[in-house]
Amino acid sequence: MPTRIAPLAITAFTATSALGHGRGAHADALRNDRGGLRDNDFTRATLPCAIGRVDGLESAPVPDAFGEYDCRNNRLAWHGINADGFLDAARALIERHGADRVALIVGTSTSSIGATEEGYRALEDGRLPEHLRKPALHTPHSLGLFLEAVLGTRGPCLTVATACSSSAKIFAKAERMIRLGTADAAILAGIDTLCDSVLFGFNALELVSSQRCRPFDTARNGISIGEAAGFAIVERDGDARAPRLVGYGESSDAYHMSTPHPEGRGARLALSDALARAGLAASDVDYINLHGTATPKNDEVEAAVLADVFTSRVRASATKGFTGHTLGAAGILEAAITLIAMEQGFVPATLNSRDAEPIVAAQLAIEREERTIRVALSNSFGFGGSNCTLAFAAGAPN
Amino acid sequence: MRTLTVFVDGIGIWAPGIEDWAALQRVLSGGDIAASGAHAKPAPAILPPTERRRAPEPVLLASEAASQAATMAGRDPATLACVFTSTHGDLAITDEMCATLAADPRELSPTRFHNSVHNAPAGYWTVAAHCNKTATAISAGPSSFAAGILEAATEVAADGEAVLLAAYDIVARGPLAEVAPSGVPFAAAFVLSPSRGAATIAQLSIYPLQGTAAPKAPPAALAALTANPTAVQALPLLVALAERKPAKVTLTAGANMSLAIEVAP
Repeated sequence: MPTRIAPLAITAFTATSALGHGRGAHADALRNDRGGLRDNDFTRATLPCAIGRVDGLESAPVPDAFGEYDCRNNRLAWHGINADGFLDAARALIERHGADRVALIVGTSTSSIGATEEGYRALEDGRLPEHLRKPALHTPHSLGLFLEAVLGTRGPCLTVATACSSSAKIFAKAERMIRLGTADAAILAGIDTLCDSVLFGFNALELVSSQRCRPFDTARNGISIGEAAGFAIVERDGDARAPRLVGYGESSDAYHMSTPHPEGRGARLALSDALARAGLAASDVDYINLHGTATPKNDEVEAAVLADVFTSRVRASATKGFTGHTLGAAGILEAAITLIAMEQGFVPATLNSRDAEPIVAAQLAIEREERTIRVALSNSFGFGGSNCTLAFAAGAPN
Repeated sequence: MRTLTVFVDGIGIWAPGIEDWAALQRVLSGGDIAASGAHAKPAPAILPPTERRRAPEPVLLASEAASQAATMAGRDPATLACVFTSTHGDLAITDEMCATLAADPRELSPTRFHNSVHNAPAGYWTVAAHCNKTATAISAGPSSFAAGILEAATEVAADGEAVLLAAYDIVARGPLAEVAPSGVPFAAAFVLSPSRGAATIAQLSIYPLQGTAAPKAPPAALAALTANPTAVQALPLLVALAERKPAKVTLTAGANMSLAIEVAP
């Protein structure tokens, strides 16, 4: 069992998704049970499904100074970093600590592959078209390179790409670096964007629902894919009112590339390690933002773990019915949703779902509930059997 | 930053004609690179036979090097948290997948898609090794190897347990080759542990420096490997370890940051 860690202050965070630009838009949509999914209007080839699309990216290139990074994923990063004054907060952080003392850790699964797809659709004599013939647009680290250029950090900079746990695991990496003194603070970012690879890829795996996804509903039949940008700053110290990252757990299923371990072995390990690092018991947890993709198998396994470990005192919900499954961005987007729920004192609904899996009917909030949340968890599980659970504690009241 | 101190307990390497650590040491002492076919690839014994044939090339490369390193360290791979790092990821699948998507997206193969995730080597490895520990897949462009060393050493120091690091790049295919060049397959792996033990080969003291450093060119015998971006980044450390004498290696670790690694046998 890992030992308890010192909490880290989350001194700034923001989110952009199909629910809108920034925390206010997310709080408003979550409070009013207003989802962001729409019928697929993204792919050229027909694909009947719902998607969580961020509007306006097509006409919003990144600033000219960063033109070599211009692609949908980095556009969403630029759009997202400008919400809630996050870019200013990040620059102030760098000023305060020194550029070499701030780590930049990003999580993405799609990275800029949408630009590679675009290039392959428009090959010129077997070459990528000239405007896309840029190395920074065809690397898993495109997002990291772009944000490093935007922010001017001179500390460690890396991309974590572990499918749908990517931007949850970045919190764990930041904690270790800060604890060891490699950095004094970290800027965390998770961005994934809609592209043919993920839409047609998950469709080929028969994991995409033709309707809006219904996590934990007995009639659930697959995911809805979304796109999102989430950012956070974590530091050793911060205002007492700032929420805290208090724990995390990471594990591997060691079972299969795209099917979860039937007994949720990895999910249980991630959960118990997160609680151990936080010095908490399962009974201390007020809210869990579940991974809840709405595939039959994923939710079945996660529900069994939830029912096994937690009593009906806990409130749990999955918010992918609002945003879609934002894949590599899901970890940080759902961390942001969890922090918003904590700050505002409500449990978000499990939107689109009606009949909860019976074994978690007692724990699952199908409808929104007003409730004080002091301690919350957020689950993220990905292909390759990659699991991460994050634990957060609310800041001191105003 | 405090200096991170870790111990190298095992090393694995795979490149055409240089199929383990002993072979690399032989080449560095004047031996010839073994003849190998242009399409040679490893067949790591840790993978089940079907996957040994069918798994994506990054999985084969990383698993072979990782397996060698764990064996040399005398460690059960199930007990090792792991970090996989690559400059370009699976260039073959990206090329095939983007070509299929351009032609007819509905023809995309489900297996190819789930194999396309950057953590496919981590996924296959943890399944084969029965490893429930944390596994991470990272990328950091020309700093991918330094980022891998830093991440692995950070995990060692933070949790006090040994960590497996595997770094790889395969050969680029199709139109991608122009923007993500890689001309030869290469993988290297290390078991890094928190304390000196019977298997320890060297101590590494790792700390950051400001500014970037051009990677030191490897000896002429290994010049062919510099067509691989991971080899370019990893060879200075491998050569220093092979020389078995104190050395300092500097790796580019970011837009304006380097990692100094002091190697002490």
